[in-house]
Amino acid sequence: MAQTSTASRPARAVAPPSPGTVRSLLVKIVLLGIVDAISLYAVFMLVLQDNWVVAIVVVAVSALVNWIYLSRRFLPAKYLTPGLIFLAVFQVFVLLYTGYVGFTNYGTGHNGTRDQAVNSLLASSLQRVEDSPSYPVTVVDRFGELGLLVTDPEGDAFVGTADEPLSRVPDAEFDGGRAVAAPGWTSLTFQDVIARTAEITALAVPYSDDPNDGALRTPDGSNAYRYLSTLEYDASAGTMTNTQTGVVYSDIGTGAFVADSGEELRPGWQITVGFDNFVRAFTESSIRGPLVYVTIWTFVFAIASVALCFGLGLLLAITFQNARMRGVKYYRLLLILPYAFPAFLSILVWNGMMNESFGFINQVLFGGASIPWLSDPNLAKVSAILVNVWLGFPYMFLICTGALQAIPEELTEAATMDGARGWGVFRQIKLPLLLSTTAPVLIASFAFNFNNFNLVYLLNNGGPRDTTTSLPVGHTDLLISMVYKVAFTGQNRDYGLASAFSIIIFLIVAGIAVISFSRTKALEEIQR
Amino acid sequence: MTTTDLTHLRNTARRAPHRRRTAGRWFVDTGWRHVVAIAVSVFAVFPLLFVVSSALNPNGTLTGSNALFSRIGIDSFWRILSDPQNPYLRWFGNTLLVAGVTAVASTLMGALAAYAFSRMRFAGRRFGLITIVVIQMFPQLLGAVAIFLMMSAIGDVFPAFGLNTHIGLIMVYLGGSLGVNTYLMYGFFNTVPVEIDEAAKIDGAGHARIFFTIILRLVAPILAVVALLSVIASFSEYLIASVLLIDPENQTLAVGLVKLVSNPRYADWSAFSAGAIMAAIPVVALFLALQRYIVGGITAGAVK
Repeated sequence: MAQTSTASRPARAVAPPSPGTVRSLLVKIVLLGIVDAISLYAVFMLVLQDNWVVAIVVVAVSALVNWIYLSRRFLPAKYLTPGLIFLAVFQVFVLLYTGYVGFTNYGTGHNGTRDQAVNSLLASSLQRVEDSPSYPVTVVDRFGELGLLVTDPEGDAFVGTADEPLSRVPDAEFDGGRAVAAPGWTSLTFQDVIARTAEITALAVPYSDDPNDGALRTPDGSNAYRYLSTLEYDASAGTMTNTQTGVVYSDIGTGAFVADSGEELRPGWQITVGFDNFVRAFTESSIRGPLVYVTIWTFVFAIASVALCFGLGLLLAITFQNARMRGVKYYRLLLILPYAFPAFLSILVWNGMMNESFGFINQVLFGGASIPWLSDPNLAKVSAILVNVWLGFPYMFLICTGALQAIPEELTEAATMDGARGWGVFRQIKLPLLLSTTAPVLIASFAFNFNNFNLVYLLNNGGPRDTTTSLPVGHTDLLISMVYKVAFTGQNRDYGLASAFSIIIFLIVAGIAVISFSRTKALEEIQR
Repeated sequence: MTTTDLTHLRNTARRAPHRRRTAGRWFVDTGWRHVVAIAVSVFAVFPLLFVVSSALNPNGTLTGSNALFSRIGIDSFWRILSDPQNPYLRWFGNTLLVAGVTAVASTLMGALAAYAFSRMRFAGRRFGLITIVVIQMFPQLLGAVAIFLMMSAIGDVFPAFGLNTHIGLIMVYLGGSLGVNTYLMYGFFNTVPVEIDEAAKIDGAGHARIFFTIILRLVAPILAVVALLSVIASFSEYLIASVLLIDPENQTLAVGLVKLVSNPRYADWSAFSAGAIMAAIPVVALFLALQRYIVGGITAGAVK
């Protein structure tokens, strides 16, 4: 098409085949500079947080990127690197990390390390020590992180943050016996203190490395008091003791401090629990039950949706395949509209129309009936499929129209010669051809509907809710929306269990995909 | 279209002498087709008529929207645009930003990868292509937990890229889009004759020049398709956006509008409809204008 014009274009540029003109060299230097600046900053921050593993990975990756782009070799790598980095981080790493989380107890109450749990338990049970001296303080800030600049009774200055215990500042500035500024820190003005009151009153600066020494807190930004925890941590025995009740909580390997009575201190911490989540998924009946029926429904939903959309799409394609048919253009426009309208919006519209007491369908189409379209477990499933057919048939209509037109008319003629009639021609000749050409689309469509989160979540929130299980699951939830609910809704967010579910789903989907791909040999295309 | 039309004409011409155009005959031939087409068209269009009618209805409630086109006004449009609780224009801007940047960046990244796979022969090429397709079988939605945890960790180092940022969301979308895009474009790149590259090379053009000034222009149709599909996908994406974007003024249309009607009984249904119409118009217009290419692009990738 545009070949003639482009073929003449290079003639203009008879430059020698230099590896790069000055401009492209400049672009390269600027882009690499940006990448390196970001990496440098990341490494700096990571080292500050003692996160050495990730820091080394960042250094290695940015060294690799520089090497690839500064070298004259590795031409394919120059084109593949940008995409591969994103793919590696947000697809491959996410997959691996999901696998890892599936083997932990990560979730509400278990979302940090053991040390963080100890510190947060001690910090959350702080009580002011009666008659403790007051320490004059100045609230200071470093890169948005608040700290306290404290003057102790001897007149020495100390600074600390929520994460770093107090340490001596040798060269602080004093004003009337009170330290008011320290190098590297910005002192907050009175207005700043007012503006950030909530943050400042919540700040607890550990007194020393030993969490049992308590912390300093300031109610007003100018005087701090010593607070001690009602819990006492014994590092050698690994136990927590409540100093008021005398109850001892010990670490029995479940990721939390547990008393003899079975009472657990929250937060606990994150531990690897091996196959516990998977074992729970398959043995605990309140989880296994939903997992089984949600899996079955997911298959029913995906298969029914694909079959009905394809059926209706094919029917329409055949309907319009006639030279005498008038107005095809206008029908086509109307029929495509559901596919063109953003799906999440139309699902919400259907949600409103299917409302049992106020919806358009019951009020107008069924003359005031109250049919529980979305609140009866079985009818809700029918509704979900109905809405999905509405959303999906135009796509299949377009695909089938294209595929039907690709079947040579000579085949029909030859079959007619051999005595086949209309329906016979269609069933024995066209349909098999059609199915073989559209198979990849059908597989892709199945995979899409298998994980059609938007439809079930936005139409009915997966409801009606199943009250017989402890999981926040409803009767129309698909596997994917079940994962979302287990992970992100309800009182207890259970990232570990949700990730275990994700892995189970991945194994199912990958299994189906491998089987169907090897059947249709669609991958042959790229093996050329 | 043309070949089938011609053969149909031929067929009908052949049979014409035997045919009396009675009403019964007409129905068997084309009449039933109109019945099917009208029935399905009504099914296809009535939810959209409902949302248009309810957007034009100044009344707010779901019940009030049931009498189609009983009242007409644009109050609900003003309500959604001026409601401080629901910063609709912010959502719209956020969505355009996220969808636009994602579309441009992911199309460019996909094109770079497709060019390498299509034009260069290197160790691991076949393996790379298959790996990309296989990795893509793990939908990003399933990794939502891991993505959330990872983004909150990134936010500790880089607040600008972490949770609750548009850059973070765009990066996640970019990671998830590469496989499909590369695969779609790879097939199209293969249809561009290699001779063009070679001619340019002889004329002294470097690989970057060939890619940016020649190839990208020749594959412009597939670039448009991929970019448009990407816009539509990120426009409608709800799960990851709802997990990553926390503050109302950072959210996208999908997250914001879903929240707006989370309780249909009390929701301002007309305002939602007005918002939905305004959000849908650009997408529908773009889609209808380019539908020919979209269908071509999808079927070229799948139906061979």
